[in-house]
Order: sequence, then C-alpha cells, then structure tokens
Amino acid sequence: MIEWLERQLPKIVLAPSFFAVLVFVYGFIVWTGWVSLTRSRLLPKYDIVGTIQYDRLFVSPRWDTAMFNLAVFGALFIIISMLLGLLLAILLDQRIRTEGVIRTIYLYPMALSMIVTGTAWKWILNPGLGIEAMVKGWGFENFSFRWLVDPDMAIYTVVIAGVWQASGFVMALFLAGLRSVDEEIIKAAQIDGIPTWRIYSAIIIPSMAPIFLSAFIVLAHLAIKAFDLVIALTGGGPGYSTDLPATYMYAMAFSRGDIGQAAASAMVMMLVVFAIVVPYLYSELRAKND
Amino acid sequence: MPHRQNRLGRIALRWGLYILLGLFALYYLMPLFVMVTTSLKSLEEIRTGSLVALPRDVTFEPWRTAWAHACTGIQCEGLRPYFWNSVMLAVPAVAISTLLGAINGYVVAQWRFKGANIIFSLMLFGCFIPFQVVLLPMARVLGMLGLAGSISGLVFVHVIYGIGFTTLFFRNYYVNIPVELVKAAKVDGAGFFRIFWAIFLPLSLPIIVVTVIWQFTQIWNDFLFGVSFSQAGTQPITVALNNIVNSTTGVKEYNVDMAAAIIAALPTLLVYVVAGKYFIRGLTAGSVKG
Amino acid sequence: MAPILEVKNLVKNFGATEVLKDINIAIEPGEFLVLVGPSGCGKSTLLNCIAGLEPITGGSVEIGGQDMTHVSPKDRNIAMVFQSYALYPTMTVAKNITFGMKVRGLDQATQERKLAEVAAQLQIEELLNRRPGQLSGGQRQRVAMGRALVRDPKLFLFDEPLSNLDAKLRVEMRSEIKKLHHNLDATMVYVTHDQIEAMTLASKIVVLKGGIVQQIGSPAEIYNRPANLFVADFMGSPAMNLVPARAVANGKGVRIEIEREGGDTLILTDKEHSGLPENVVLGLRPEDIAEKGFRAGTNVQDATCLVDMVEPAGADTYVVSKLGGTMVTARLHAETGAKTGQMIDLSFDLSKVSYFVPETGERLN
Repeated sequence: MIEWLERQLPKIVLAPSFFAVLVFVYGFIVWTGWVSLTRSRLLPKYDIVGTIQYDRLFVSPRWDTAMFNLAVFGALFIIISMLLGLLLAILLDQRIRTEGVIRTIYLYPMALSMIVTGTAWKWILNPGLGIEAMVKGWGFENFSFRWLVDPDMAIYTVVIAGVWQASGFVMALFLAGLRSVDEEIIKAAQIDGIPTWRIYSAIIIPSMAPIFLSAFIVLAHLAIKAFDLVIALTGGGPGYSTDLPATYMYAMAFSRGDIGQAAASAMVMMLVVFAIVVPYLYSELRAKND
Repeated sequence: MPHRQNRLGRIALRWGLYILLGLFALYYLMPLFVMVTTSLKSLEEIRTGSLVALPRDVTFEPWRTAWAHACTGIQCEGLRPYFWNSVMLAVPAVAISTLLGAINGYVVAQWRFKGANIIFSLMLFGCFIPFQVVLLPMARVLGMLGLAGSISGLVFVHVIYGIGFTTLFFRNYYVNIPVELVKAAKVDGAGFFRIFWAIFLPLSLPIIVVTVIWQFTQIWNDFLFGVSFSQAGTQPITVALNNIVNSTTGVKEYNVDMAAAIIAALPTLLVYVVAGKYFIRGLTAGSVKG
Repeated sequence: MAPILEVKNLVKNFGATEVLKDINIAIEPGEFLVLVGPSGCGKSTLLNCIAGLEPITGGSVEIGGQDMTHVSPKDRNIAMVFQSYALYPTMTVAKNITFGMKVRGLDQATQERKLAEVAAQLQIEELLNRRPGQLSGGQRQRVAMGRALVRDPKLFLFDEPLSNLDAKLRVEMRSEIKKLHHNLDATMVYVTHDQIEAMTLASKIVVLKGGIVQQIGSPAEIYNRPANLFVADFMGSPAMNLVPARAVANGKGVRIEIEREGGDTLILTDKEHSGLPENVVLGLRPEDIAEKGFRAGTNVQDATCLVDMVEPAGADTYVVSKLGGTMVTARLHAETGAKTGQMIDLSFDLSKVSYFVPETGERLN
C-alpha cells in the first residue's frame, strides 16, 4: 500500500493544480460558452436559445468599433514594435560600450503597469498642458496635436503608448536572437567580404525566424488582452471611439449588466487568440517531443 | 588617402550610432522624466510652465497628497491603504504560486508518467486564454466560496492563473538536470519529497528568483482581476491609481496624479533596477518558450 | 555457490516496442560482468531494470538469492555509478557520500567512520569539503565511486562510468576500477559501448544487440570464437576481417576460394575444418595475417596479395588488401617493407579462423 502510494506520489502532487486548471480554465470556458448561447442579462440563465447573443454582438456598432480598433491597434502596435525593436537590437549589437545602461533604459517600461503607462501618456498627450502646449510655448502658435480627444485619432494614442511600453522588450528578444547566431558563420561571411548590412539581411535576420514568431505571438497576445492601457489612457473614449473587445466585454459584464453579451464577446476574443496561439503551441510542443 | 577617408567615415558612423541610441534613450526616458518633474511642481507652475521644464520651486506636497489624501471616489485616504492591499495580495500569491510551480515543474520534468506531457500542455495552454473568458464564472465562484470582494479571493485568482507560468519556468529549468540525479538519489534511498527538498530545491535559486520577479511584476501590475473582483477598501493599487486619475470631481491635480503613478510603479521599477538580469530572463523565458 | 544476480526471462517493453527480449544472465560472487553493445541495444535499460529504476514487463530479477523483481531500488542492496556521475550539485563531496547513510538514518559516528574509510581508499580526503562543480572529471568519477563503495552493497552497477573522461584518464580509471574489483572482491555489472573496456575489465562479457543477448562468455571466448557475424565485427579493433568465400571439400579439409579483382582467385587450404556449406563468410583477425616468415604453425597458408594501402601505427603496420570484395587488414611488424601498389607474400593462420553462414550470420565451426 505504501509502496503504491509512493509510486503514485508524483501524480497525487500534480493533481490539485491539474484539476484547478481543468475547472478554472477549461470548465470556465465551457461555462462562458454555454452562457453565451442563452438569454442571460443581469443574472445568468442556463437554457440554450441559440446564437442570439452573437447576432446582437455582430450588429452592435460599438462592437464593430471595438473589432475595428483591435485590427488597427493590433496591426500598428505589432508592426511598429517589431520594426523598432529590431532596429534597436541591431544598433545595440554594434559593440556599444554602454550597452548595459542603454538596454536598461529601453526596457524599463516593461516593468510598469499599463495603468501607469496610460496615466503618464494621458498627461503628456493632453492638449491643454501636454506636448501641444509645449510646442506652442516654443512659438509655434498654430501647432495642434489633439489626438487624445479626437474620436478618429484617439486609438493611435493607444498605439503610441503601447509601442513605448513593449518595443524595448521586443528589442531584448531580438538582441538575444542576434547573439545566438553562430559566430563562425558571421566570421566566414566577413572573410568573404560581405558587407555588414548584407550579413544582417541575408544571414542573421533569416536565421531568427523563430524569434520573430515568438515576438509576434507575445505582441498579438498583449494586443488582444490590452485593457488596462485603454482604461487608463482614454477610458474607451471619446465616446466609444477607443473601445477594444476587452473593454466592451468588461462594460457589458460589470456596468451594463448584460452577461450574455459579455460572454459572447469573451468567446469571440478567445477564438481570436486561439487562431493565433494554437498553431504556434502545436508546433512548439511537436518540436519538443521529437 | 582612401584609407584615411575610410577611417573618418567610420568615426562619423560611430558618432551617428551613438547619437541615434541617445535619442532613443531620451524617447524612453521622457515620460518618466515628465512624470517626476510634474510631480514636483505646484499646479500653478504646471499651468504656466512647459511640460519638459524642470521645477522652479520643488514641492513634495503632491507626493504627500497622493500617498495620504488623494480621493479615490468618495474616500480620500490617498494610495496608502491600497499600497498595503497590493502588498498583502502579492506576497502570498507570489509565494504560493512559486512553490506550486516548483513542485509541479519537478514532477513534469523529472517524474514523467503517462499523460504528464498532456497535462503540462493543458496547463501551459491556460496561460494563453484571454482572461475575459473566465471573469464571469470566477465572479460567481468567488461569491459561492465567500471570497467575493476580498483580498484572499484575489490571491486565489492570481495563484490559479499563475501556476501555468510558474510550472513552465520550473519545468524548463529542471528538464536540463540529468535524470540520473533522481536515479542516484533513489538508489541512495531518498523518496519523492526528500529528493525535491534536499537536491532540487537547493539547486533552484536562480529560477526561484526569476519566477518570483515575474509573478510579482504580473500581480502587482494587474488591473483586470483587481478591478473585477475587488470592492471599496480591498482594491489593489493599480485600481486605486486609476480611480484617482479618472475621478472627475474637483480640480484636476496633475502633479498628484503623477506622484501617485510613480508610487504605484516604484516597487516593480525597484525590482527591475536591482534585479534586471533576472527580470529579462523571466520575460524572454516566458515568451520564447511559451 | 549461489549466483549473486540472476536475471530470468526478463522482458522490457516501452509501450509497443520491445526493448529487451527474454534476457537470462547469472553472475557468481566476485565476477565482473560487462554488458556491451552498440548504442540503443538496451544495455543501459537492462542495468536500470536490475537496479529497479525501470519496472520490468516480464521475468524476474534475483539478487543474493532473493526475488527483487518488485522491490524498490533502495532495498535491493545495490550501488550504482552513473555516466554523468549524478553527484548532488549543492552538496559537498562528504555530504554526497554520506547522503544515502543519512537517509537511512545511520548514526553520525558510523557515517564519519565509513566516510573516512572510503575517502582514504580512493585518496579523496582533501576533496571532502569541495562541491562537485569544483572538481575535475576524474575527481568526480572518484567521488561517484565513493558514494557507491560506502554502501557495501552485494552488487555494484556501473553505467558507462568512463565515457565522459578523456582518453588518457579513461585508461587510468579503467585500471583503477579493475584494482578496486580485485581488492574488494566485489561483484560488478558494468555497461559500456567500448569493446576494449569490455575486454580489459570483464571476467564475463554479455554482448547485446537489439535487446537480444548475442553471446555470453569470457573475453577470450568472445574474442576468439564469436558466436555470430555481429559479435565478430563488434569486438576487436581493428575489426575482424569478414570475407565472403567459397568452400570446396578437399580430402580431410576444405579448399577456400576467395574472389579477387582481375579474376585471379585466392586459394587457401584449411586442413582442420570440414563439413562447410558452399558459401561462407571467413573471419580472420588482422593479427592472424602476417608477413610471410613471421608466422609458423601447422595450419598456416601463404599467398601473394596486392597492397592497396599501408598504415603505420607505431608498434605495428597495417596493410590493407582487397579480397573477396572487402578490404582485408593484416597486422604486420613495424619494419615491414610493404609498399602501396606492390605485391606482398602474406601468411594466413587458418587455425584461428571462424566461419559464418552468410545469410544468418551464425557461426559454423
């Protein structure tokens, strides 16, 4: 009996965590999925009526805005962060003497809460006293920079703050990638007289494909979950103009008392994440099992 | 002659590189600089001066207000109580999730049994879901457990959704330790817990540091769970900060907002400055591998 | 005397793949058994099964006359030395050695006495307060041995303990293990892929391939009378020459015909063996082919061969000639005048010859 117990010990130890994940992740996904098929409003109901919540969701102009914003924000946030991160990594890879200090400066925003980032940028971008006022104070009386309060442009302020926060992290990822390229290959290319920019474009960057993928996954994931930043920077406004699916879901769940809509929007968010993450995880785990 | 030209060119390039890196450093530092200077100015000076000007008369009044008097909605106790809420939330949540991650990682990496890989994949997958999908059912479960609106409830939530990552960290660390170590210890007569306690835990300091820093940053900076599952009095600091900044009553005190934002950011910034190496390792490990 | 270790009909499967098939091995007290085979042959798995670190699918394992099939490793009265040494990295050398005793609850005085004994025996007294990370490969090896010795086990198990050492140290440690075996009069099971290690250490060798025992015997038996083509090829360096040939009955003996390029068949007459089928593989070790005049005996045959390559190796010179479609190596004396492209007269010592069935690889004589 004790022998048997001893042998089962690893399973017994892992079991609580496993069941917690099973219930609180997978069980909850099922619960949310179920509720998204009901007429739940302020309180959940459990009789399935079909896809009416999704029908409501897809005709809601606010959800439309949220999805459109996600596309704009996601695309710009990912592309700019990647390009900036790559540029910084390449610049830092040139045997810079003060690399440690510079790296620390580029990366510290990642240690901040998005609420802090949002608060800071909200102040900097506010038209009355922020950058606009500053440039006007320099004598450019006609200068105008009011994106934060312009419904058409406010989403780009979220991009600005997001990129500021995450690009240093992408830089760190890429720098690690650049450093992991086999030095002998680079030496061989240098002896062949290949110019530095070609060594980067033809040898080093192509060999970093997995890092690009990782950076993309992390950034995409951040973009879809981005909630704090919008709340702190714009509060979703002006109007609904900077709503994201995450803020939409939150508003439905906790201020509108529309649980059915909240559940349906959460499920759509999850499907978007899965569409990105599942192929990645699948290939990662497969590669590991080989 | 062409040789000298070449050298001049190289020096110019070098200078260009450093200037570029310096400009980027300014870009990343600017918001922090603006936050600090603004927090040390009087409201009067903010209104009349430039965004990037140094304070003429340094005042610590905004800091005092932010810490002890600023209003989060109706209450005006400053950030202090919420700072301690966050401490009381982060310490147990970090400790418990790290410990669970350590023992789970030990099982998954060293005591492989049939299905262990599937269990690990399922747990890993749990890290990637957008948490919006669990908000609604979690709110109900916390209510049923009598933990709604309490700090213990938040600890519980952070532990549950933290073990995926902590397990991943420890697994990736332990998987590089030769399995022969466990075999040798088994021949020596040691059992499951003895091997963990006497051999693996003493080996784990680096990964414990990485995990603790990662978890602390995540939990301290969290906003979504905090805003969803807390109530007046139990809110973590990020939620309180957002309330201070976005409370619309009275005059907008930008200097207090900035002081509050810095206070909220200070613990994680401090961790980053003191243990940046481990912070980066956590970031890259958490993203490259998962 | 009763065997110390008896493995009966042992079967081990990993899922659907059979890793070990019907293994039967017995070891007498004081024997040094070496399990040898190419990587993936199952030798380490077999050792792990003996130690109880891997559950077995079928059969039984007896140690010291007791059935240990379902007994956990710590109660099998064994000690084990691992390829990576598996020293506990955070413990000092002394703690590494005493950890097992501590777990078993032996008193402090006994622990210290045994530690001192073992440390003296292995000459590692001055290392006792260091950590594994501060030791050289050879020193780690000694500590790993110390951890095994302190157990006073019935059976020592070694899992490729020397394969992480450099060539020179490997030879040194090899002779130390041999000395240790002699001094302790211990019973040992030793896994290696290195056939030279197997030959020098073993009192009994088990050759494994694909989870099947190919041959069990003394080093001399294995070397001189390999049971099949695999063993013949695997044991010995340079490997045994294995030459396809035709055997024609010829009075009391056989006439061996070996094809050569250019149509000129090499013919040898073996006076000792008979009753061979027409197609055989002839096996002859390089040292059994000498330059004419350097080998005498009743069954030595001379023939003239073309030298395709000369490889001086210091003490000997290897001469390679193409016979029967394969490169045949002869081990000549160092001062030989053989030159590439010239003819040379070689003596083939057919008293040492092995014959195999080409299709099955089984030994014929």
